[in-house]
Formats: sequence, structure tokens, C-alpha cells
Amino acid sequence: MAIELEGRARVLGDDINTDYIIASTRKRDTLDEHVLKRYLLETIDPTFAASVKPGDIIVAGSNFGCGSAMEIAVTVIQAAGISAVLARSFSRTFFRNAVNNGLVPLECETSGIVEGATVWVRASESDVVVEDKSRGLAISARPLPEMVGEILKAGGLVEYIRLGHWDRSRV
Amino acid sequence: MTAARPKTISEKILSTKSGTDAYASDIVVCDVDLVIGTDASSPMALAYFDKMGGQRLFDPERVVFALDHYSPPSTPKTAAFHDRVRAFARQTGARLHEVGEGISHQIVAEQGRVLPGDLVIGADSHTVTCGALNVFATGVGSSDLAAAMITGRVWLRVPETIAVTLVGDRPRGLAAKDAALALIAELGAEGANYQTLEIGGPGIAQFTLEERFVFSNLAVESGAKAAIFPADEAVASYLAGRTTNVGTPVGADDGATYARALTIDLSTLTPRVAIPHSPNDVVTIGRIVGTPVQMVFLGTCTGGRVPDFHEALDVLERAGGRVAPSVQLVVTPASREVYLRLIEDGTLGKLAAMGAIVTTPGCGACCGTSGAIPGDGMTVLSTANRNFKARMGNASASIYLASPAACAASAATGRITDPRTIG
Repeated sequence: MAIELEGRARVLGDDINTDYIIASTRKRDTLDEHVLKRYLLETIDPTFAASVKPGDIIVAGSNFGCGSAMEIAVTVIQAAGISAVLARSFSRTFFRNAVNNGLVPLECETSGIVEGATVWVRASESDVVVEDKSRGLAISARPLPEMVGEILKAGGLVEYIRLGHWDRSRV
Repeated sequence: MTAARPKTISEKILSTKSGTDAYASDIVVCDVDLVIGTDASSPMALAYFDKMGGQRLFDPERVVFALDHYSPPSTPKTAAFHDRVRAFARQTGARLHEVGEGISHQIVAEQGRVLPGDLVIGADSHTVTCGALNVFATGVGSSDLAAAMITGRVWLRVPETIAVTLVGDRPRGLAAKDAALALIAELGAEGANYQTLEIGGPGIAQFTLEERFVFSNLAVESGAKAAIFPADEAVASYLAGRTTNVGTPVGADDGATYARALTIDLSTLTPRVAIPHSPNDVVTIGRIVGTPVQMVFLGTCTGGRVPDFHEALDVLERAGGRVAPSVQLVVTPASREVYLRLIEDGTLGKLAAMGAIVTTPGCGACCGTSGAIPGDGMTVLSTANRNFKARMGNASASIYLASPAACAASAATGRITDPRTIG
């Protein structure tokens, strides 16, 4: 697995819960993330969804994705064209759901990154490198656990399971 | 050969379920005892199931679906989610709990389907509630649910553990909700992220099993992966009559390694309220008494069990036996079992006579998916676990969280009221 991407920082605060990412009431009408992306983060910033450009990178504070374990919170972010999420820390359920869908969740010190900054990321099994190009600053990021690297390398949990991992009849 | 290092409850359960000698921070692939999906998470899970090439369930006896979030469905779309889950359950033999049977993790506990020592995953973050039964129960998303439906397995990082010790005499009028809110306020919104809470100490004997569910339930609001109580008498007596199986009770080894230890002295606690818009933003009720409320919600996987409604009724009766005219009181039993008990003992009749709106068992108004939506600018006092902005379906409502007694006292007066001041 080696992922390299560059994008515009979209800065969010601490404790952004999954209800804020996409409201539960919106899920009553559809589970199509390409429709739901219009409502991405509407509760905390009604202008956010319309301002997202493909390739944008979410740069959040601590505990990103807390609250409900709803996986649509990840797929809506992906449908909006966001390529990665950087946060000081992630809620465990969001982290898992991100990995399972091939959205790279990267833990690093995000406090100095400003809205609109250009951020460059390279993640591989061995290390994760984040650079805030606007400041010319390399930020050390937490390496991904081996299992996470394997799932991301497969392309997500769907592909990982299709490869026959954990299959009782094969073990 | 050296002696095995002592283990926490999580390290022991996940070692057993993975067939390895596992310690905190190890990543293990575990066999799960029960896989739980809801109508909110299962439609996506069934899509993942198909994409993963799923043909059948690893064990239909160990896969449960509950139609609880859209109970009953209020739109054709949500009705269609239900039909999809029903058809899948019929085709695969999974156990299905229909609309009106209640909240997924409440049902499996009531039916004796989760036992001490079990590993349970549910695509609902409040699956942690089952930890009160000495279970490693944790929330996952729809893709993990689908993978477990096919393989019976899940990967887990073995969590570090925070030892939470309850000590001191529980004051009269202190609800489990008050103590649990104090605990998650102390921990903060991510104070237990990726970690297990092992809740023990002499103080736990003062809480019934139903009250312990409240602690395990709220633990996820501090990010906890699991919140596990010991398998003591309270667990045994809860299971008696529900199942003949006693499970495999698991205790921590002496000398096990803990990330930190936290002691809560119950004798120092007083009623608490979580204020908008975070369950971790907790104040003593005295700070906000008098705040007008227009909706009071009694229900959910935190505060929708039989003793919760008994407590609420008792307070309402002592407060004059009426709901303030300015208040809409919404009552939603957590399950059909709770609903039937409350009908039999007359509780629901009395609450309805006071003006309560009684709704279908399930998640109800908690996350705006079914039931009553607060009006613009309303202040809601609720027995639920989350008060995020827009959580109940209206971003301009302010949601406060408190015990059933405090909610009932406030329903009677129309203002946030300390239940200790009633009668």
C-alpha cells in the first residue's frame, strides 16, 4: 500500500460527531451518499457542502467521528470527493469505518494547519508522512497498524474479505 | 517457562476468542458470539454483504436484526429498509426482531442471548450497554457487521483498560444516570477512546443490573470500546429465568496492567444534567434549575427500562399527579417486554392519564428517526444519552440529559427541577 495525495485543508474543530457529519434524519430519505453529500456537516456549517472541491482534505481536531457508529458518515465524506481525513485523534468506530472503505485516516498534530493550506500526505505500511506545504513544515504522523495497512492495501474490507481472509473453509 | 502475565477482563476475553495470548495493543482476529444489526445500519451492511460475495451466514443462530430506529417507519423509504432486512432474514435464517419489539441490545439482554465472557459486536454504538453482563460488547459499522455475518470474525485491537472503582455510600435520590454522567464528564469526550472501562469496587453492589446498563451505555460517550462489570450476583439474578446458561464469567487477574485508575466516591455526588450540545458537558442540577422545558422524553437504551418509568411515575405522583400544561411528555419503552410490564402494573395507564404520549417501543425520539420531533427553539429534557445539536431532528432545539426522576420532576413543573425537592 502506498497512498500519496495533495489537497486543500478544510479545517474543523474537536469532537465532530457523526450526527454532525450527516444528520440521522437525512438518512430516513436515502442512503445514497451522492445525494446525502449535499448535507455534509450542515448542522455546524450550512455552507460547507457547497464549498467542497474534489481532493479536499479534512483537517480536524481531536475525537473526529465520535458518537454513532454509522458508516454513512464515511461514505458521504468520500462521495463529496474528500481524499483523506487528518485529525489529532479519531473515534474508534469512525477510524474502522474509514479504513474499511479505503478512506485514509491519519493521526497527526493538526493544530497549526490553517483553512485552505496545501497539505501533502504519503502513507505506506512502513510510515506516514504529512507535510503542510503552506508552512513548509513536515508533521510526524502516527504509523498505521499492520492490519489496517493490509485492509487499505486490499482496497478496503470488501476486497479484503473477497480475498478469502478469515474464511473458515480455507483455514 | 515464566508465568503468564496477569490480564485484564478484555485481555482474557479477546485471548480466548482469538486463540492467542493477547495483551493490550495487540491486534487479534476474534470469533464473535453474537452479531447484531439494526434497521439503521443493516441496509448498508446487506449491500456490503453482497459486495463481499456473501452467500450465507456463518451461523444464523448468532446473527440478530432489530427494527428499532424507524419504529414504526414514518416514510416509504424507511419502510423499504425494513422490507429489505426482513427478506434477508427470511432467506438466511437470521433472527429478526420486528418493529415494536424494542432496541437491539436491550432485546438480546432480556432474552438471555448475551452471557458473561461473550464477545458481541453490534452495528450500533450503544452495543456497549451489554457490558453490564460481563460481556465484551462493542459497536462497529456496517462493513464490519457484514464481514462478521459471513465469517463470524472481527479484527480488534486489544484495548488498554481504565479501572473505574465505585466507592462510598450512594446518597438517597442519586440516580445511576447522575453517577454515570459524572463519570463521563470526568473522563471527557474521548477520555476512554480505544479503551475499556472495567467498572468495579464496593460501590457497584448498590446498583441493580438495570442501573449498571446505564453506566455501560454512557461509557461510549467517552469513546469507550467496552464497559465491563464483574459477573456477580446481580448478573446471575438478571439471567435467571431468561436463560439456563450461565456463560463463562471473567474477572481480571491480580496484578493486571491498567492504563489508569479512577475512583468515584458516590457519597459526594448529587443529581447531574448534561447541557447542550455534549453529553460530557455536565453540571450539577442546581446550576440550571428553573430553566423552562417544553418537551420531556422518557425512554431510550439509557432510560427506557421498567424501573426508570416506575421512578418517573413515583415522582410525578408526588408532584401532584399531573404534567405541566406547557410540557409535552413523551414516553417510549425500550422494548416490548418493558411495555407489557408497564401495562400490566398500570404504570402506562397512569402516565397516559396525566397526559403522556406513549409511543412504540424502540429508539423513539432519541435521534430524530421516529417519534416526536421538538419544535423550533424548544428546550427538551431527556433520559437519553446524546444531546448533539439537531440530534432529535431540529437544530434549533436545546437538549438536556438527566435521570428519569429529574425528567419527571421537570415535566410536573415545566422547569428543570431537582427531584429531591419533590414531596
